[in-house]
Amino acid sequence: MTIRVGEAAEAPSFQKVAFTLLDDTQLRKNVRHATDVITGKRAVVVREQQDWQQLRSTASAIKQHTLAHLDDYLLQFEAACTVAGGQVHWASDADEANRIIVDLVKQYGGKEVIKVKTMTSDEIGLNKAFEANGIHPHETDLADMIIQLGHDKPSHIVAPALHKNRQQVREIFMREMGLSELTDEPQDLTNAARHYLREKFLKVNIGFSGANFLLADTGGVCVVESEGNGRMCLTLPDVLITLAGIEKVIPSFRDLEAFLQLLPRSATGERMNPYNSLWTGVHKGDGPQHFHVVLLDNGRTRILADPEARQTLHCIRCGACLNTCPVYRQTGGHAYGSIYSGPIGAIVTPQLFDMQHSQSLPYASSLCGACYEVCPVKINIPEVLIHLRGRVVREQQSGASLEAIGMRAMARIFSSGRRLEAAQRLGRIGQWPFVSEGWVKHLPGMLGNWTAVRDLRPLPEQSFRSWWREREKASAKTHSKELSS
Amino acid sequence: MPEATNSREAVLNRIRAANTTANAIAHRTNYQTIERNYEQTASLDREAILKAFLDHLREYDAHIFDAKPDTLAAAIAEVLKTSHQKSAIVADNFPEENLPAGFSWQRESETTKDQLNTAEGAISGCEVAIAHTGTIILRGARKLTLLPDRFLCVVYEDQIVETVPEAIARLEQYKTETLTFVSGPSATADIEMTRIRGVHGPRFLDVIVVR
Repeated sequence: MTIRVGEAAEAPSFQKVAFTLLDDTQLRKNVRHATDVITGKRAVVVREQQDWQQLRSTASAIKQHTLAHLDDYLLQFEAACTVAGGQVHWASDADEANRIIVDLVKQYGGKEVIKVKTMTSDEIGLNKAFEANGIHPHETDLADMIIQLGHDKPSHIVAPALHKNRQQVREIFMREMGLSELTDEPQDLTNAARHYLREKFLKVNIGFSGANFLLADTGGVCVVESEGNGRMCLTLPDVLITLAGIEKVIPSFRDLEAFLQLLPRSATGERMNPYNSLWTGVHKGDGPQHFHVVLLDNGRTRILADPEARQTLHCIRCGACLNTCPVYRQTGGHAYGSIYSGPIGAIVTPQLFDMQHSQSLPYASSLCGACYEVCPVKINIPEVLIHLRGRVVREQQSGASLEAIGMRAMARIFSSGRRLEAAQRLGRIGQWPFVSEGWVKHLPGMLGNWTAVRDLRPLPEQSFRSWWREREKASAKTHSKELSS
Repeated sequence: MPEATNSREAVLNRIRAANTTANAIAHRTNYQTIERNYEQTASLDREAILKAFLDHLREYDAHIFDAKPDTLAAAIAEVLKTSHQKSAIVADNFPEENLPAGFSWQRESETTKDQLNTAEGAISGCEVAIAHTGTIILRGARKLTLLPDRFLCVVYEDQIVETVPEAIARLEQYKTETLTFVSGPSATADIEMTRIRGVHGPRFLDVIVVR
């Protein structure tokens, strides 16, 4: 099984990329503006929802319950969807999902696919697989289109292009749509997208979507969106293929009453997003007459197997934790090297990889807890971050890296008073080249990471232990003098 | 596809193995015992519910009109005149007697998607509406209420409930049909978080409330 999360396996560490991105003032300005607007709107509509905490508790309980019975609910979904005329496929990993989807498109003789925004398809790298097989995917969500036409990567799970401003969008649209005139007014840019895509919506015969919720009791699917591009792709083509992570299933239609109140307020700060679509299998004379669902594992069962981290799978991808995170708000999403960025990305990405890649991500946090507070399904992200840091450290301890050897040496030194004093004596002698004006400002090698952002006091002339010994000796002398006198 | 069958068993087996931990077993609760302490029923009186519905619709940039059951046809004529429409495509189950004279009507099932695409507007009723969120819920009529640039929806006062759970309860009997929740015209905030009305769906949403 090969797990893929976009191109995260090849990405450099968060700390490395973040340093470069922090110099991009335009990016920081764009990210700051976007996250300020969403957090402001969210705060207003969450405050007016008097039963917000009760909704969160129920949603969290539904997710916990569902995960504990996940096999049953997936089988229920499969049976109900099949009865309703849908076909259900199971994919262990990204490659298998891509193969199933590409084969389906070929089977229906498609050369083009219209796509609703789905992070899961970015996770498995579906567009690349399409292109490698001569199939052209059209992203139809405005932000996804900006990313696709700009040959860029998503930087946010809800608003993937929030790192671009209107001038940058205008440039991309003019170049890629071959327009000679276009203003940078968001209204005009949106109109350009409307005209560009309308013809595709009417012509392309295969639609592709993700899923916000799979309903086990009915075999139905729910997709939440704003622009109507989703409705176009879900309604107009003859063939519809839906890709969903196995954690997207919820027990029943009724559960939507909690999730449909939590998701829009958290994601975009709206009481309700403009459109929610629900369908169940194939509906005669209404919408696609061929419907396929691909259920994806791609590392999710590994997360499920970790008792302390399985709450990660509660996520409904609202993005509230990104918008509120003091780290994300500075760096934007690209620093995370994964299509899943921000606090939730920092726990999802390395876990999908079974901690084999993206080990720097659990450290991309100040553990302030803001993400937990806004999470509509109560994922205790700081708790999971600390747990994952533990996993990273335990793994590194067994390795032969310089840091691991150094740490083992330090452990030996600190476990013996004699060795500690010997080390302190050596340190006092060795430190002089680094001391200036009473401070150690730069240390060499790996230790330099510590002094890059802090100054240290040098080791004092005398340690407490040696001072104490001398004091005891001196007082013993006085004491014995007193006794003899 | 034998491989798919194998993956199905493999995924299910991995789930079952993962669910043997103490934590997973502790959450093997009965679905019925999940606590639902949030608001499930209305707390406002009818007037306040109607006002909340209209306020929230207006915030989404919908246009609102009033009618009585016997003035509905006249109200529809007024809305169409305001938007300079001479015709519209109408949902199949929309009562004939509510369509005013002097316009040309075509039923949804007799229309191709290209005709819908160039139509002046669409008219349909709804199943239920939610005051708390300003949402209208449609059964079927998916293409009709999507492709034309204007969508006129007729909402009867007794279709308006206050809370989302009340609406979901009313929809329980239709839960396997195609359902569309509409909250204002199509919109996006993808460029600098500026809300733009009308991306791919109808740019104009008109609502007639009948009471």
